[in-house]
Amino acid sequence: MRRRIFLASALLAASFSAAHAQPHPIEVQDPWARATLGQSRTGAAYLTLSATGPAADRLVAASSPVAAKTELHNHIMVGNVAQMRPVDAIEIAPGSPTLLQPGGLHIMLIDLKAPLQAGTSFPVTLTFEKAGAVTVQVAVRANRPAAPVGHGHTH
Amino acid sequence: MPMPASRLLKTVRLLAVGSILGLGAAWAVHLWVPGDIGTQVTTASIGGPFELVDQNGRTRTQADLKGKFALIYFGFTYCPDACPTALVAMAEALDQIGPLAARVQPVFVTVDPERDTVEHMAAYVAAVDERLWGLTGSAAQVAQAAKAYRVFYRKATPQGGGEYLVDHTSLVYLMGPDGAYRAHFTHETTPERMAESLRKNIGG
Ligand SMILES: [Cu+2]
Repeated sequence: MRRRIFLASALLAASFSAAHAQPHPIEVQDPWARATLGQSRTGAAYLTLSATGPAADRLVAASSPVAAKTELHNHIMVGNVAQMRPVDAIEIAPGSPTLLQPGGLHIMLIDLKAPLQAGTSFPVTLTFEKAGAVTVQVAVRANRPAAPVGHGHTH
Repeated sequence: MPMPASRLLKTVRLLAVGSILGLGAAWAVHLWVPGDIGTQVTTASIGGPFELVDQNGRTRTQADLKGKFALIYFGFTYCPDACPTALVAMAEALDQIGPLAARVQPVFVTVDPERDTVEHMAAYVAAVDERLWGLTGSAAQVAQAAKAYRVFYRKATPQGGGEYLVDHTSLVYLMGPDGAYRAHFTHETTPERMAESLRKNIGG
């Protein structure tokens, strides 16, 4: 409950400051996703968002042709329990980049049409409240880049 | 209320809390029991009997782990974030400890038996690490295994349909060859730290 009130006031503060700002571009850095494992049909994309201007913005939606549904998610730990929950928007404050990374905020790709394979890339369109829409190419990375072929290591 | 009385009460309370904490530290590490916040469980009670089936259709029980160290994680294959992170860290930690890895059985138990069939687990394990046992079973068998390892899980209903997610305890347990708890990690523990703990536990 306390969390929700805090979030509500944070959103309110952000929308107040954004109301007085001009539209501005958002820099999107290092978009990547894990390769899917086995027959899993969900994926997560990560990236870094920076406001290059003096004002805040919000990422309000993401979409991709590779998934039936795309949601903005947060990963929260309650005690030792991992929970993923959709969020309405992701705040981008000037001067401090917003990180979407494993174990935290991410773009959730639901009902993937095909597995995400390492070495490939796919488009994701990000929609910002002020800056509008921008499409980025998300690079798919191997889960184990240096996975050994055999398991017996010799010294 | 008069000051001395309340101060006395506070002192008594502090002493009580202090001695409980002291005893706890002396006896065992305590873990928060998720889903039942406010209570704790001694790590001595983690682990116990289970009967599940691996990715090759073979029955696996607690007895199959006897004499081996085990790294055990509960999760589900549709989990795109915490589960791959934890399982890949387990595999990388094993890579880092060289020949000692032969003494450790990595185990992945699904908390989503409805979707995680033997076939699903086989494809998943093949993509993560062939050493892994990918265990599934009936809803009752999974519930029993989760209970033994004090793992909490619950289906999270999606907004507007689609694939459901499962909230679950995200801990990697290191169990000893005697089946007793040795250490635990989270999905945020680096493979390096996990490897260090493995070396210490296996070596000592
Ligand atoms: Cu998610």
